[in-house]
Amino acid sequence: MKTKNKSNIHTISFLVANKPGVLVRVALVFARRGYNIDSLVVSPSLDEKFSRMTITAQGEPETLEQIIKQTAKLVDVICAGEHSEEDSVDREMMLVKVKHASTSKSIIMKQAKKYSASIIDEDEKTIIIAQIGTSDELDEFEAILKKYVVIEMVRSGKLVMVKGQQST
Amino acid sequence: MKVNIINQSKGNKMSAKKKSPQNLQKKLTGGEALIKCLENHGVEYIFGFPGGVVIPIYDAIVNTKKIKSILVRHEQGATHMADGYARATGKPGVVLVTSGPGATNTVTGIMNAMMDSIPMVVFTGQVVTSSLGKDAFQEADMFGCTLPFVKHSYLVKDPNDIPRVVKEAFYICNTGRPGPVLVDLPKDTTAGLCTANLDPNMDLPGYIVQTSINKTDVKNMAKMFKGSKKPLLLVGHGVVIAKADKEVKELAEKLQSPVVNTLLGKGGFPETHPLSLGMLGMHGTAYANKALVNCDLVLSIGCRWDDRINGNNDEFCIGAKKLHIDIDPAEIGKVVNVDAAVVGDARLVVKELIKHIKPLDTKAWIQECDFYKKEFPLHYSTEKGLPAQYIIDQIYKISKGKALVSTDVGQNQMWSSQFYKIDKRDTWYSSGGLGTMGVGLPAAIGMQFGRPKDLVVAIVGDGGFQMTAQELTTAFIHKLPVKVFILDNKYLGMVRQWQELFFDNRLSGVDLTGNPDFVKLAEAYGVKGIRISSVKGAPEKIKAAFAHKGPVVVHCEVVKCGNVFPMIPAGKSAYHMIVEPPKTKIK
Repeated sequence: MKTKNKSNIHTISFLVANKPGVLVRVALVFARRGYNIDSLVVSPSLDEKFSRMTITAQGEPETLEQIIKQTAKLVDVICAGEHSEEDSVDREMMLVKVKHASTSKSIIMKQAKKYSASIIDEDEKTIIIAQIGTSDELDEFEAILKKYVVIEMVRSGKLVMVKGQQST
Repeated sequence: MKVNIINQSKGNKMSAKKKSPQNLQKKLTGGEALIKCLENHGVEYIFGFPGGVVIPIYDAIVNTKKIKSILVRHEQGATHMADGYARATGKPGVVLVTSGPGATNTVTGIMNAMMDSIPMVVFTGQVVTSSLGKDAFQEADMFGCTLPFVKHSYLVKDPNDIPRVVKEAFYICNTGRPGPVLVDLPKDTTAGLCTANLDPNMDLPGYIVQTSINKTDVKNMAKMFKGSKKPLLLVGHGVVIAKADKEVKELAEKLQSPVVNTLLGKGGFPETHPLSLGMLGMHGTAYANKALVNCDLVLSIGCRWDDRINGNNDEFCIGAKKLHIDIDPAEIGKVVNVDAAVVGDARLVVKELIKHIKPLDTKAWIQECDFYKKEFPLHYSTEKGLPAQYIIDQIYKISKGKALVSTDVGQNQMWSSQFYKIDKRDTWYSSGGLGTMGVGLPAAIGMQFGRPKDLVVAIVGDGGFQMTAQELTTAFIHKLPVKVFILDNKYLGMVRQWQELFFDNRLSGVDLTGNPDFVKLAEAYGVKGIRISSVKGAPEKIKAAFAHKGPVVVHCEVVKCGNVFPMIPAGKSAYHMIVEPPKTKIK
């Protein structure tokens, strides 16, 4: 896994028209400026005419400013902005499938409890654990689980919401 | 068929309610609705080329009396004509082509319009919606492949969306920072029935045109001028687009500030004005670039500090305050970090700025600039044959600077920008951002369609001319009196110049020996051909070309190895300008 320079990871939230092609238009701006998209979440917003898009990406802050300006310019983008930990909250979800032996199961369950993760499926050989938390919490739990046999893992990508009365 | 049935039922419902008188009209096909909408938007010309899937639209054209369909000989030509028409009139140019290759042939012209902020609406035919994505005959994903090249685009799957999409397309392309809009129209969309109101509401929640300006920003900018002894106004295309020429002149005269303009800023400020230093940049005048290097404040008005001006960011206008007016917020700080900026329409901002600035004491600065003008004038010699510059100089003098001029790309373009001084906006066409060879002739045709009474001159090279030469037919058929001057040096001159200066004259891929006889070629197209091979008699021949009522091709056999000077080597700042051929290799 690549080591990430945390200061260069940015979370950008977009409100976009719910139309075909919007995702490509936004992604093209990132690609052209050499920004690698780490995660991307698109979902309907409160008003079904619009979608909320949350992108985490790595790159230089100066380039990011240009990216936000260029994306905000797109006709189908209603608004675009970067969010920091100070002004917003964020959560991410992870599903992990772990192979377990009878001896390790109780230890895994104990760790899961510690990280507020829950077992959502299990059979005699595997368990699927779901965790919701900040990306850092997910990273930590992921590292612990890697000590066991992890069969597969999937993360939702970060969701953000601005704190207080203001909307995202 | 399915589409038709659905729409008929929708239509019946609407007309039963009698919501709008439009719905009581005879039922229109999507194609007919499209043409009606274009009529309502004041479209005079559609530049295009038909094919299978756009026949429903071409069929609707038969019935219109307001719009003329111009059949080009290649779709790229259609886009450049629309572009030339737009620049000469300020109105959006309209293109209509078929799907697949017809559509992909427009891509260069669309990108050219995007780079130069030109209002254009391009309608491309598309295969029927049920075949989309199935590699149908002549299917090309135009919506997808042009995404980075357009201001906005549509794929219209319902005939009832046509009126709204057309209205939005025309609004988007010519407001804010203009640009091309692509509308992809599957055949069943234009063949199906459209029962929608032809003047619907737009649905553009993400597109806000800024019509006011932040006056505090303007005041802050005005403060920057205090104490400046060497101000410089940098006039870009934004001035031309915003029709801010009068305001910029007032600002320059009030400040007593010299003015330089970009290639596309020609027409934004009269180049014959005593305060004008002409074009700056890679092949700008030496005095414009000297002024840029020595100013203590530079205000860009609608110019995006392009690399052909800026050269090297780290050495750009060292020590000078940099101010920026642009309608596009993404341009502020994109290339150059500025000390003050105002986002907004150039005309509104400059008008407001004039109120807050006081005349500056620039006598010494103007004297300094005048000294540069005297010391480093543009020049050429007629001693060693027929120079291209002489032809342009004569075109300028004989047309009294009043022609509409289009250039191609390369040496012809730079010499034209140097020697054809432009005083009025909307009289100059050059491919600035994309540098598209082949634009010269079709753009001139588009300008002539838009301004039928004006003298339109295309100044092109032998290379670029041959990329779109077939449009001579379009000029001939429509009796457009464009005057095409081919500066034939039998080389791709600009590349040859770089090879001479930077690659030890190792010429590679630039030899155009074997060019056709352009006079005979013109005659084959039914166009008058004139040849100029020497300085002697040239002015008379140019006069004869201007006096001729129809289109003329003037084949100018110019010296083979003429170079454009001054020159700032690529990637270098104006400090590294060379004004004459160097004795040693430039590193």
